[in-house]
Amino acid sequence: MIPFQYTKASDVADAVRLIAANGGAKFIAGGTNLLDLMKDNVERPTTLIDISRLPLNSVEETASGGLRIGALVPNADLAWHPLIEKRYPLLSSAILAGASQQLRNMASTGGNLLQRTRCAYFYDTATPCNKRQPGSGCSAVNGVNRGHAILGASTSCIATHPSDMCVALAALDATVHVTGAKGARAIPFADFHRLPGDTPHIDTNLAPDEIITAIEVPAKGFATHYSYLKIRDRMSYAFALVSVAAALEIKNGTIEEARLALGGVAHKPWRDAGAEAALRGQPAEDASFARAADLLLRDARPQAHNDFKVDLARRAIIRTLTQAAHGTPQSQSNKTIQ
Amino acid sequence: MQDGAVHPGASPSPLPEKVSVTLIVNGIERRFSVLPWVSLLDALRDHLDLTGTKKGCDHGQCGACTVLVDGRRINSCLTLAVMRDGAHVTTIEGLAANGALDPLQQAFIDHDAFQCGYCTPGQICSGVGLIAEGRAKTADEIREFMSGNICRCGAYPNIVSAIQQAMGAKP
Repeated sequence: MIPFQYTKASDVADAVRLIAANGGAKFIAGGTNLLDLMKDNVERPTTLIDISRLPLNSVEETASGGLRIGALVPNADLAWHPLIEKRYPLLSSAILAGASQQLRNMASTGGNLLQRTRCAYFYDTATPCNKRQPGSGCSAVNGVNRGHAILGASTSCIATHPSDMCVALAALDATVHVTGAKGARAIPFADFHRLPGDTPHIDTNLAPDEIITAIEVPAKGFATHYSYLKIRDRMSYAFALVSVAAALEIKNGTIEEARLALGGVAHKPWRDAGAEAALRGQPAEDASFARAADLLLRDARPQAHNDFKVDLARRAIIRTLTQAAHGTPQSQSNKTIQ
Repeated sequence: MQDGAVHPGASPSPLPEKVSVTLIVNGIERRFSVLPWVSLLDALRDHLDLTGTKKGCDHGQCGACTVLVDGRRINSCLTLAVMRDGAHVTTIEGLAANGALDPLQQAFIDHDAFQCGYCTPGQICSGVGLIAEGRAKTADEIREFMSGNICRCGAYPNIVSAIQQAMGAKP
């Protein structure tokens, strides 16, 4: 870790002023990912602006029937918030599928969106990495890439986004509220994270002088037909090889509305409008789910070491949609997959 | 800590100074000064001489550094002491009260829930946090919500039994 200055922001406006005035500064909230990266010299801020005590830690109902989640609500509190558990159990389930309780107690909602990839080469400062050092090359393309992307990758970067929570937020059509020097704006969740292209060092469309203030979820919570299924190398406390968030509205056996988002397969939570459209109006049964899975994976390009992810994703999609249709969501404690 | 490298784009800053921090550790107010990059873990061990909290991976992966901050279990290696100014911190040294072990400490002895003991302070603080949360009830749930604490000796079944005993659940 390199030495840095430490300062506390007194309010959101102060935080924006401080970050705009110092190009080497970073915000710190939960710190669980940033401090980890600083210890490895991957992140090297010259100043940390502590925003952890700003009053952005409430969950409030919106006029349109949704919820506005303060950016500093800890992940654990969000997963166990009565309104989230009741109306957005997909979000609760996805959060509990990630990290450990200690980390969920620290990590903030906004910080979860901004966590960096866990690609081993990104962490290893002795190796080239376009995300860490633009233009230096990608060590994963010809390296050990079992955990890497099968969708939306580029020749510059094949890293995946590590979050579980974001997969659910993508499926729920959340909105990210941010404030910057030029004022406040709202970013649809699908536009928040970026594909790597030739600028993999830029993870999101959040401007350098902007701060996330809240995440809004719309009224539709899919509390009846949902499931979050996470497949990983060990039963708990590991990043996803493939994860699936599925949410359905079903009437008389016919799918009226469908949401499908994948984690562990791309540089951002992966949604496919075509796959979701193919589910609408169809019977809630295996054949429909298989068609959607095939559509979503039609452009999948596995790396040298992760052919298996394509078939794993296909099966996980079908299984998760089945769980959602049956109203039997995946338990995050008993890992038996029904 | 200082690597001496030149960082293009970084504005020249004055050398960071120590920051005064007050923590209420195991019920006792402790005031000290630390540089901004000192983790809560290092502050406890190196500045307050509370070495019961263990430094394992120092990256939030093993759970050996688990302490309770304002009643919640966290990894003390992944938070800065300066960020916790004013907080109530409970470490393994603060769990026993009036000469009596915490019920979970006694349960770890009763169930032989450790071998080498290095992960044990973190396991016990984590378990105390788990019991306070009141969410995990079944063995599956205890295993899931203790998954942030690694035991290299593999005492997991006994750790689950110890937590069940302390919860008042039937093993």
